[in-house]
Amino acid sequence: MSPEFHNNVPITPELVAEHGLSPDEYDRLLDVMEREPTLVELGIFSVMWSEHCSYKSSRVHLGRFPTDGPHVLQGPGENAGVVDVGDGWAVAFKMESHNHPSFIEPFQGAATGVGGIMRDVFTMGARPIASLNSLRFGAPDHPKTKYLVEGVVAGIGSYGNCMGVPTVGGEVTFDPSYNGNILVNAFTLGLLKADGIFRGFASGVGNPVMYVGAKTGRDGVHGATMASDTFDDEAEQKRPTVQVGDPFTEKLLLEACLELFATDYCVGIQDMGAAGLTSSSFEMADRAGTGLILDLDKVPQRAEHLTPYELMLSESQERMLLVARKGTEQAIVDIFDKWDLDAVVVGEVTDSGEVAVLWGGETVAQIPVAPIGDEAPRYERPYAAPTDLEQRQSLDLSAIIDVAPGAPAADAAVKLVGAPNLASRQWIYRQYDHMVRLGTVIRPGEGDAAVIRLPDSDRGVAMSVDCNPRLVWLDPQRGGAAAVAESCRNLACVGAQPVGTTDCLNFGNPERAEVMWEFVRAIDGIAEACRAFGAPIVSGNVSLYNETGDVSVKPTPSVGVVGVIEDVHRAVGMGFREAGLQVALLGELEGVEGASLAGSVYLADLFEVCAGRPPAIDFERELAVQGTCRRLIASGVVRAAHDLGEGGLVMGLAEMCFGGPGVNPVGVRIEANPLGRLDQLLFGEDPGRILVAYRPDDGAAVEAEAKANGCPLTVLGMTGGGRLVVGAHLDVSVDALASSWGNGFERAVGLGAS
Amino acid sequence: MTVTAAVVVFPGSNCDEDCRHVLSDVLDVSTQMVWHKESALPDVDLVVLPGGFSYGDYLRSGAIARFSPVMKAVVEHARAGGLTFGICNGFQILTEAGLLPGALRHNRGLKFVCQDVTVRVQHSDSALTSRAVAGDDLIIPVAHNEGCYYVGPEILERLEGEGQVLLRYVDPDGEVRGQAAVNGSLAAVAGICNSARNVFGMMPHPERCSEALVGGPAYGSKNTDGRRLFEGLVAAAAGGGA
Amino acid sequence: MAAQGSGLIARIVVTPRRDVLDPQGAAVQGALASLGFEEVSRVRIGRFMEVELHTDDRVVAEQRVHKMCEQLLANPVVEDFSFELTTRGTGA
Repeated sequence: MSPEFHNNVPITPELVAEHGLSPDEYDRLLDVMEREPTLVELGIFSVMWSEHCSYKSSRVHLGRFPTDGPHVLQGPGENAGVVDVGDGWAVAFKMESHNHPSFIEPFQGAATGVGGIMRDVFTMGARPIASLNSLRFGAPDHPKTKYLVEGVVAGIGSYGNCMGVPTVGGEVTFDPSYNGNILVNAFTLGLLKADGIFRGFASGVGNPVMYVGAKTGRDGVHGATMASDTFDDEAEQKRPTVQVGDPFTEKLLLEACLELFATDYCVGIQDMGAAGLTSSSFEMADRAGTGLILDLDKVPQRAEHLTPYELMLSESQERMLLVARKGTEQAIVDIFDKWDLDAVVVGEVTDSGEVAVLWGGETVAQIPVAPIGDEAPRYERPYAAPTDLEQRQSLDLSAIIDVAPGAPAADAAVKLVGAPNLASRQWIYRQYDHMVRLGTVIRPGEGDAAVIRLPDSDRGVAMSVDCNPRLVWLDPQRGGAAAVAESCRNLACVGAQPVGTTDCLNFGNPERAEVMWEFVRAIDGIAEACRAFGAPIVSGNVSLYNETGDVSVKPTPSVGVVGVIEDVHRAVGMGFREAGLQVALLGELEGVEGASLAGSVYLADLFEVCAGRPPAIDFERELAVQGTCRRLIASGVVRAAHDLGEGGLVMGLAEMCFGGPGVNPVGVRIEANPLGRLDQLLFGEDPGRILVAYRPDDGAAVEAEAKANGCPLTVLGMTGGGRLVVGAHLDVSVDALASSWGNGFERAVGLGAS
Repeated sequence: MTVTAAVVVFPGSNCDEDCRHVLSDVLDVSTQMVWHKESALPDVDLVVLPGGFSYGDYLRSGAIARFSPVMKAVVEHARAGGLTFGICNGFQILTEAGLLPGALRHNRGLKFVCQDVTVRVQHSDSALTSRAVAGDDLIIPVAHNEGCYYVGPEILERLEGEGQVLLRYVDPDGEVRGQAAVNGSLAAVAGICNSARNVFGMMPHPERCSEALVGGPAYGSKNTDGRRLFEGLVAAAAGGGA
Repeated sequence: MAAQGSGLIARIVVTPRRDVLDPQGAAVQGALASLGFEEVSRVRIGRFMEVELHTDDRVVAEQRVHKMCEQLLANPVVEDFSFELTTRGTGA
């Protein structure tokens, strides 16, 4: 214990500012406390009222999300959302950002991001069974990109692999707006019995509060406030706050917690994530309407001379706070002892309505619980459309020469499929164990969404994370809706029905009106789409201040949609795999103005243009297309399905030809003619389109199903041969496409073969 | 007769449940999980050391696990001729414990590798490979950081001479080339047995392709090649007793 | 140009920073304790490197190796480093 800690120091304006609190916020603090705070108390307020923990800029808008639905068992506000997936099973899932730590130390930042989201999921009583991630890096040739890609991927792999949780999918985008602020969003889904949910409640006055898991060090003191800071040149100086992950300890913690959950000893439990002991204790007491006494001298400590300030704010990983049923303390200690983990009583639930923190026999902090939440600052930040919006949305295609049929179209196709934003992600996913737990029915690269079977059931769950930041930047509302629509379309392509959504809203500085406008409009778009697809938001995370100097990242509201497949044996991938299949399009090949090139990869990666107004999502059309696809998969007719997204028709066909790792490529020949420009037909990115392949004998069944759903259907051609042919316009060998696509990612980033 | 098996659970094992599932639910083997702190094994025909990251792979993969209390009993079981099978981390533990020769070093590419690989059966005169024929190619996934098999030249010569190299990695072009394996293994070694042919270790995960639904797209979603290896072990256990 | 002498060897030790969690060290410490080495109070696991230099200028080498450690060989976020220079051909 340090004799040198002075808790009752004068609280100067400088000290307040160092804690990230504005003068107004400090006045609020004084209203809550009705006295000057101690240093520990100031530290507690600084993290509880940080953007990261309080959602002070976003909260007023998050209320517009639909959060209820027939499958929802737990909506937002807990460690993770939970939906019912049938046969007595439920899944808990959430996505969370670890952007700033990953930029500072990519390996540990990404690893601890994965560790944090897994704890969020298993505190709900669920065993994590699948992870996804959504990554954004700067330009592929930016000097830091290679280092960041290698570190982040290795960090995610190291943690997930050691935990034995398969990483089954994800997405990666390169864009110069992420040069100084990458995004690392981690998603985990866990499986639990529908009646076995655990929650973060500190209930039952007199019940012991226990600390379980790894010991506390100085890791990440003030990480939560760092996550709410804008990066500047001093970012390097902030390095010491990065936490180090220990997946081995977390694996033990997972097993110990699941063993505990099989008993009736645990009343409530919460992860000590960002803002560690502080947020877990206050949030658990707040939910239950109780109070807590915490004795910091009892907290297991790894470092020497930890001050109460550090103990309350440490973000050491792999720790949980739980409230036990009185009298079960020793039984809990025995469970954790089996797994070589600490389990220590550090306090007690009270009816005081306040959290009292003891250290060295003295009360070093005493803060009322409800007001710190109720009185937390909540900002209605002003918002206004960016002044350059019109410019962003105007796309003058006359300045871009249309691609000519024949060799030029073939060259463009080969180049595009190998573009950094479209090329194969195998370099990444082969570093992730994506098969452990024997649940993976559709592997990464094999289908549009990952599919995991449920134990003792014919059902499966499918999941996909999506966001096209270029579309959001061009039109946040349409782009937000497009992200949800794409995720749902991806689920439809494996045969799944959406049941719930998680989001991770990554934006720039909310104090800028145009960033706030992007945020507000994107929420509207996501909310509208979640309603339309019956996939309410059950959990989520907001990450603001993603900017360096004056450059904000492109608005990136990643969404992860989870769906259910009734008969998982019917799930399909995207690969044709065989010759002689009929290929048809559900939806319209082109709109009246041709397929949209607004925000397309074609323009971004081949012409360095990001402009135009993306088409609005036609929800009725989307539902018809997705429903038709899903039903045709359920009836066993459709043998391969793939949505037309980035890269358009050519990319969609090419990936179906490749078929995924370990599959023999098959060519395809289709007939299609452009309404206007050829590049729009080949590379345009209209939503609401799915390619399906089926045996010719099943043609009538496909037509009948499409008709019944009011879904436009165009039979395009047949699989076979070794070439991808689009009428007289494009004729290119699948091998040429595959070799460009196969290592385009490594080539662009300058990575060696793994 | 009912075949019995034990799956040893080390702290950090993560394929323990997968092995139990395949043995018990797919192959109808009566299977028990045994915590590493146990000092004795139940009387079983087959002991499986599963994959995972025992002790986080800290220091060296398998280096700490091999001192777990249960390992004395595993060594006794193996020395008495009992069937013993280490997969991935289990293979690493068996080499650290001296039950199999050689060591598993960092992959040559210095990265974790998870993908289907093709392995060629070298000899069918072992329990593990008895349901295959020499020259058969099996598609089985790998998932490891440290799977680069190394052993000194004299011992390698002996392994080759006695037919103890049971599985080798096949390159995509169908050739078996010394150093070209997915992880840089010497002589493309993917799986071996001891000279008494009752202790087996392999880096690929046969439990991951023992059921069609999760076997991956290799044969159009019907890859159950791994099951053939387990069936060989189970048949030997049923036939020869423990 | 390389100096006329036999060159220098930098023997570099990189260890986890004292306040930074060292999961590997903790796991090994536990294993040693269970093997009966109760006297072990702490284990830190790092890396040892030998870097051969074709220079005999110790002052310059000192600065250069320091830079190598800062820029590549150690990760200043989580690691400390130390090194010593010896003449090639001599013992440590």
